[in-house]
Amino acid sequence: MNRNRLIDWGLRAYVVLAFAFVFAPIAASFVFSFNVDRFPSLPLGGFSLRWYEAIAEDPLVWEGLRNTMVVGICASVISTTLGFAAAYTDFRYRFFGKPVYLALALLPPTIPVVIMGLAMLAFLSRVNLSGEIHSVIISHVVMCSPFAMAIIRLRLSQMDPSLEAAAWNLGAGEWRALFHVIVPFARPAILAALFITMAVSFDEFAVAWFVSGLNETLPVRVLGFLQGQVSPRINAIGTIVFLTTMTLVILAQVLLMRRLGRVEEMPRTDEA
Amino acid sequence: MKKVTIFGLSLSLPLLVWQLLFFAFPLVFLVALSFWVVENYRMVPDFDSVNWTKMFSRGVFWDTYLRTLALAAGASVLVSILAFPCSYGIAFKLSANLRRLAIFLMVIPFFTSYLVRVYSWQIFLSDNGILNAAFGLVGAGPYTMLNTDFGTMTGYLTLCLPLVVLLQVFSLMFVDRTLIEAAHNLRCGRLRTVFLVIIPSARVGIVIAALFCFILTFGDFVSPLYLGGGKPPTLSIMITDTTKAGQQWPRAAVIAIVMIATLLAVAFSAIGYAYRKRA
Repeated sequence: MNRNRLIDWGLRAYVVLAFAFVFAPIAASFVFSFNVDRFPSLPLGGFSLRWYEAIAEDPLVWEGLRNTMVVGICASVISTTLGFAAAYTDFRYRFFGKPVYLALALLPPTIPVVIMGLAMLAFLSRVNLSGEIHSVIISHVVMCSPFAMAIIRLRLSQMDPSLEAAAWNLGAGEWRALFHVIVPFARPAILAALFITMAVSFDEFAVAWFVSGLNETLPVRVLGFLQGQVSPRINAIGTIVFLTTMTLVILAQVLLMRRLGRVEEMPRTDEA
Repeated sequence: MKKVTIFGLSLSLPLLVWQLLFFAFPLVFLVALSFWVVENYRMVPDFDSVNWTKMFSRGVFWDTYLRTLALAAGASVLVSILAFPCSYGIAFKLSANLRRLAIFLMVIPFFTSYLVRVYSWQIFLSDNGILNAAFGLVGAGPYTMLNTDFGTMTGYLTLCLPLVVLLQVFSLMFVDRTLIEAAHNLRCGRLRTVFLVIIPSARVGIVIAALFCFILTFGDFVSPLYLGGGKPPTLSIMITDTTKAGQQWPRAAVIAIVMIATLLAVAFSAIGYAYRKRA
């Protein structure tokens, strides 16, 4: 083996550099949200909470936060429910036109958000559903359910299909078997899907910007700030947004990883 | 053999109905919309090709189209090249635990506010920003980085790097290790092994990663607008401008359809290339 230690360490250093690039903007947002200066630069000014106070006094920010929460919770619950049902359909059934079914279920994230935004705006305003909070929820479910479906489908692929058949043989109806065998087995993935879809919805600004009208969500508010003058208030909002989405994504990943290691023992724990 | 049951339908139909109604239908509606006309600031259903001929006869539309295409293609190549050493390092040079941690960390930014990260780059790149302050300390600069293509590319890199690295890592992890050892045993040099053994074996993942980068950057309006300055625009900026300024939705629909057609063409040729049998 012609292992060259210098190259190995060089590659590891490059990995660290890549992570630095990815996390630098997040870290900078955090640091400058506590910086007293109006125009962020180095060296840092003093420590201050004035930007947090500024956003706390902004009623538009509070309204945006409220809208974001309502949209995030509704979108994540609906898209996880739909995603679970579709993942189960894919897991259990074979039927004519299944590739089309899967394409419809999984393709939305590959459509550019501006096009989604325009299409949703044009369509929803035609049927008088645009400009409201539910317009954002409808669009976010479209965009989030593929993530929920993929996560739950991966989990179901670790399950032995004969478990469900065993429940039927023991006299459980299809619905009972679903809720007593499938749902418990998929529970970590269902929770992870709830968190991930909430994070996706929490961050989505483009489609929300097109369809929300006056009911701005927090990311749309940030977009508004971006179009205006420089303001460290974005850093303060950004820090809150980062902490929220990072928590959601970390929770989801921990749920998925922890259970992955215990695949073998799952059938026994779910038998009861 | 299997019969259709209420149970089966009530699980399979909800998502189907939702995506047909709120995903497929709006996209189809966009095609119809592109033939509508605008009269007195109101859209009127019609079957008129005026929007298509108007948009296609404009030089600025084609300039923007080519520019957007070039930016997205450039970003796909650039991000793939910059990501590769990182993916290679994660896949081959880290312990199993560190590799899991690295993947764990790379998933986070994919879901974390792109918009705020782009704003944060403004702090780094602006004329009085962090980077120029750092350059000033060593007597260099200041450089104009904001509102240039360099700024746009920085934003694209922010958008795509995590996803591209993840897809590349997954494909590299599944490269058959015995192939690499065989190459070593046959005295194939390090770099030659990378280019003649590892990259061809991981081709599917690498091409798919580049394709995702193309899709994401082709449709992104945030980086070219807030880091690239938006002048000249890209197609996505054109769509937001056309939609938000007045009622010219039919023309925005024309741009959107051209974009989707381009993406489909690129996606099919990339997938065809990725799965092509090696000669």
